[in-house]
Amino acid sequence: MSKPVRHSRSPLLWPLIGLAFLILLNVAMDLRAGEWKFLKITMLDGHLYGLPVDILNQGSRGMILALGMTLIIATGGVDLAVGSLMAVAGSVAAVLLTKQGFSWPVAVTVALAVTTLGGAVSGGLVAQLGVQPIVATLIAMVVGRGVAQLVTSGDVVIIKNAGFEFLGNGFVFGVPFSVILVMVLYFAAHSFLRKTAAGLFIEAVGDNETASRFAGLAAVRLKTFVYVFGGLCAGIAGLLATSNIRAADPYRAGLNMELDAIFAVVVGGTALTGGRFWLMGSLVGALLLQTLTTTLYNLGVAPAVATVPKAVLIIAVCLMQSDKTRNWLRGLFPRRSA
Amino acid sequence: MRGIGKKFPGVVALDRVDFTVRSGEIHALLGENGAGKSTLIKVLTGVYAPDNGEIALAGLCIRPQSPKAAEMAGVSTVYQEVNLIRSLSVAENLTLGRQPGRLGFLNWKEIRRHAREMLARLEIDIDVDAELGSLSVALQQMVAIARALDLKAKLLVLDEPTASLDEKEVAELFAVMRRLRGESMGIVFVTHFLDQVYAVTDRITVLRNGTLVGEFPTAELPRLALVSKMLGREVHDVAGRTAEAVAPSPLGSPALLTTHGLTRRGAIQPIDLEIRSGEVTGLAGLLGSGRTETARLLFGIDQAEAGEIKVKGANAQFDSPRDAIRLGLAFCSEDRKTEGILPNLSVRENLIFALQARRGAWRPLSTEEQTKWCDHSIAALRIKTADAETPIKNLSGGNQQKVLLARWLATRPALIILDEPTRGIDIGARGEIEQLINKLRADGMAVLLISSEIEEIVRNSTRVVVLRERRKTGELNGADIETSKLMQAMAGGHTPHE
Amino acid sequence: MSPALRRQLPLLATAGIFLALFVSAGCLYQGFFSARSVVNLFADNAFLGITAVGMTLVIFAGGIDLSVGAVIGFTSIFTATLIERHGFHPATAAVTALAAGALFGAGMGTLIHVFRQPPFLITLAGMFLARGGAFWISTESTGITHPLYGKITEIEWVITETIRLPLTALILGAVFIGGYLVAHFTRFGRNLLAVGDSEQSALLMGLPVGGTKIGAYTINSMLAVLAGLVATLYTGSGNPSLGIGLELDAIAIVVIGGTLLSGGRGHMLGTLLGILVFGTIQAAILFDGRLNPWWIRIVVGGLLLGFILLQRALVRSAARRS
Repeated sequence: MSKPVRHSRSPLLWPLIGLAFLILLNVAMDLRAGEWKFLKITMLDGHLYGLPVDILNQGSRGMILALGMTLIIATGGVDLAVGSLMAVAGSVAAVLLTKQGFSWPVAVTVALAVTTLGGAVSGGLVAQLGVQPIVATLIAMVVGRGVAQLVTSGDVVIIKNAGFEFLGNGFVFGVPFSVILVMVLYFAAHSFLRKTAAGLFIEAVGDNETASRFAGLAAVRLKTFVYVFGGLCAGIAGLLATSNIRAADPYRAGLNMELDAIFAVVVGGTALTGGRFWLMGSLVGALLLQTLTTTLYNLGVAPAVATVPKAVLIIAVCLMQSDKTRNWLRGLFPRRSA
Repeated sequence: MRGIGKKFPGVVALDRVDFTVRSGEIHALLGENGAGKSTLIKVLTGVYAPDNGEIALAGLCIRPQSPKAAEMAGVSTVYQEVNLIRSLSVAENLTLGRQPGRLGFLNWKEIRRHAREMLARLEIDIDVDAELGSLSVALQQMVAIARALDLKAKLLVLDEPTASLDEKEVAELFAVMRRLRGESMGIVFVTHFLDQVYAVTDRITVLRNGTLVGEFPTAELPRLALVSKMLGREVHDVAGRTAEAVAPSPLGSPALLTTHGLTRRGAIQPIDLEIRSGEVTGLAGLLGSGRTETARLLFGIDQAEAGEIKVKGANAQFDSPRDAIRLGLAFCSEDRKTEGILPNLSVRENLIFALQARRGAWRPLSTEEQTKWCDHSIAALRIKTADAETPIKNLSGGNQQKVLLARWLATRPALIILDEPTRGIDIGARGEIEQLINKLRADGMAVLLISSEIEEIVRNSTRVVVLRERRKTGELNGADIETSKLMQAMAGGHTPHE
Repeated sequence: MSPALRRQLPLLATAGIFLALFVSAGCLYQGFFSARSVVNLFADNAFLGITAVGMTLVIFAGGIDLSVGAVIGFTSIFTATLIERHGFHPATAAVTALAAGALFGAGMGTLIHVFRQPPFLITLAGMFLARGGAFWISTESTGITHPLYGKITEIEWVITETIRLPLTALILGAVFIGGYLVAHFTRFGRNLLAVGDSEQSALLMGLPVGGTKIGAYTINSMLAVLAGLVATLYTGSGNPSLGIGLELDAIAIVVIGGTLLSGGRGHMLGTLLGILVFGTIQAAILFDGRLNPWWIRIVVGGLLLGFILLQRALVRSAARRS
């Protein structure tokens, strides 16, 4: 399948501008302080170290989540449960590793199976029973959080397992493993979507589901699939997060991450109503969010307060995507050529 | 209204249009699609502000800034789609926004009483506490009209009010309109049913391409003259049916698709059909007779409650459109906006979509195959588009319809169902589509043609199935297929009213 | 089943469930069937209930508001700081908070209506703003030592020796009655449902769509502020983490009460029943002592699902009828 040709400016433009702006801001701060803090990347023990590496590492979970969320939003839906599913993955893996003594490949596989199944349940509710996505996934979110706590009996479980810990903390050829995982996942998804007709089908379902069905598309199967994929992504992200802190915290794992993922997708150019989507845009959006969080942290802003600039960013993005603002801006800067 | 002008980006919708309605008159506003009818109405009812010109009602200059302002000025409007709140009761819908009450608190007893009064004025009998959504569309229309009349309206605008009404309901509506005319109300009647124009209106105003063509007393403007003014050219007598083009397939040849006792409650009574390859089967009937419902059953959009469908002699069950498509069916819906186009996707993606859907995700069409089919279709159907990558929503209605047709033709169906294929399309494109239908038939395809335009059915069909009130009431073949016989069959054995 | 009865089916179902839950809890747990328990159902959940009433209005109009929990947290620490660190009188602090809430809600409503942005996203941003703002003021809770607070918490309406309604329950009652009157006896309330069912129709019918939508968000935010004030009364301190996740509980209550999440259909009485159902589940779990708190999440989730499916089945059969 050929790439969809865009008839307007690339939607990647804005998130890239935002990212560039933040990077420049950090560089400016470093110049003032007189030392390179932000762009300093060093090699230690064969590992890459530095703030940009940290950002990529920490942001990998958000990026993976955003990948799954992109496809769901592209079909006109949304999945509020992915944060809770992250917690479920962590809880399941932790309990299997510590209380049941299974090896880490088994724990990982089972955890992923569970979250994929969770995604399938959401998908079934939405696609087969026709429940509104916000409602169905809201329920899944509430129940999922309860299940995560149930699995560990309400405890925060510490994990001591070298193999499992590698997932979130290990390096491959100097690059953090989580970053490699993101790239692998992205390329796999991208190739699958564009080399088969799946990408076209997803965009069609989001654009006009009725017309797609009447044209013979198996819309139910497709919609279920995107939620299953979202569940898988949530599981991977959850395992990375749990491995990173070497503990499963059923109360705080994945908290509010679905909102960050939705935000990343919207900033990346995919409309909330569905249709055309851009995986790369969502990755950049997630990266932008992470850079913002890290920048604010370096500026001494408490993480709890960092949500304020996030909010301003969302509003700015929404306004820019709104036709009304665009018309107003067009009125201020009349273009010479139509 | 004098000298009304209105421009939108890229198009002049209205250019110095004058429009006059007298009190105690039913005045028809006519024009083909794109003539400016609905824009003029929207200016009158406050939805749009005109760029130039002025409006005067009963001698007073008015400049409605919103629908509510237009209402207050004395212009009441009833729209084609029932624009009421289906989840609320009849009484609420009648009084919403103007409920009687004291100190901000509503007086429900008074609301109900007032509602009953409003309905009584039109001699309609409905339970005011019933949920609006539970009533038939016709009754919902009546409620909309009752609401529109409640204010001391001087002018009543009816925008395509008869689109979803059956004959009896149309007659009732006309009786109400005549009564209101007797009370010196001015009524603007926007419609495309020429019969109805001649039945009930006093004067006609014709618009074309955003300009005023003229205003005429109805009695002095014969049909052909009216149509030629709407089209802006002399209408050639539409070519009659050529004998060989519509000769039926030889007797005894097996039907491609047959149904026996196919039925669904509320949609269609048990119906038997025979559709043959190489023929155009016309499905005729008034609105509400069950034509689209039958098509939906044949294509698997709705499921039948009883009866059977046989394709090439073998029993078939259609649980979804996919099943029907797999057996070689295709369906071009009458509502292309909601059921047809993928608006933001390109022309190319829309064109190849049905074919791709049938092949599945794992067998994508190569770029060469897609380009080949696109170029072929755009040329063959004369689709007007900048290029194949333009989003289809930028195309005109007629060209969108052509893309949808091409989409289905790509799947090389054995039977294609066309539901109102020329609706909203200008005369030039209409001819092209009718030629295409003829070619498909000649190539051996089976075509099921649904149309509300009797002449279109007569011109193109090999045989005609007539539906009335959700039942098959007859079938016409060969020489019997002509306008008056068809109209008689559709109307049920008596000449249509007035 | 008569059409009128069918329309009220979700409401009746909720009432039935509440009764079933209450009776079973009463049979299982000693002391559940007391006047005190019933009073506590209202008093303990007062701030959740107030929030749910506001959320009902917004959902009637087809919208949703994810910021209410954050607004509660913000109000809590905002008023506490004003009183303790700036010497404001509690009444002044309350009025200031309400004004801020009104501005906040109106702002969100304007972005949603005038700029045609999805409510989900805008109120999400609102939630981030309010929560971040709360933590910006202070990252820890602040105790309130103003004497007025102590006095206020003692106000109660003594009906009999055993039945005493504390102030929080009274406020909830007043808010509920107000909400009921607005929803069913004012033009604004009926307009909410009209806009929620079909915004386009409401516009063409001449209803003030913009004013209605912005008004709904404004009132909802003000009620969230009120809920925050009530919660602060209850705990005696300002806490920026208050109300995390509360919006979901409020939405669950509204939906369990039979209101359609897409708007246009619902009854304020349903929200009252939803509050009771929610409160009963919570009380039962507390009484039991054996059940763990995460079961609340799971049970509420299950109930929510059941109601959604019921609503869908009803709406579908109604559509088939017409």
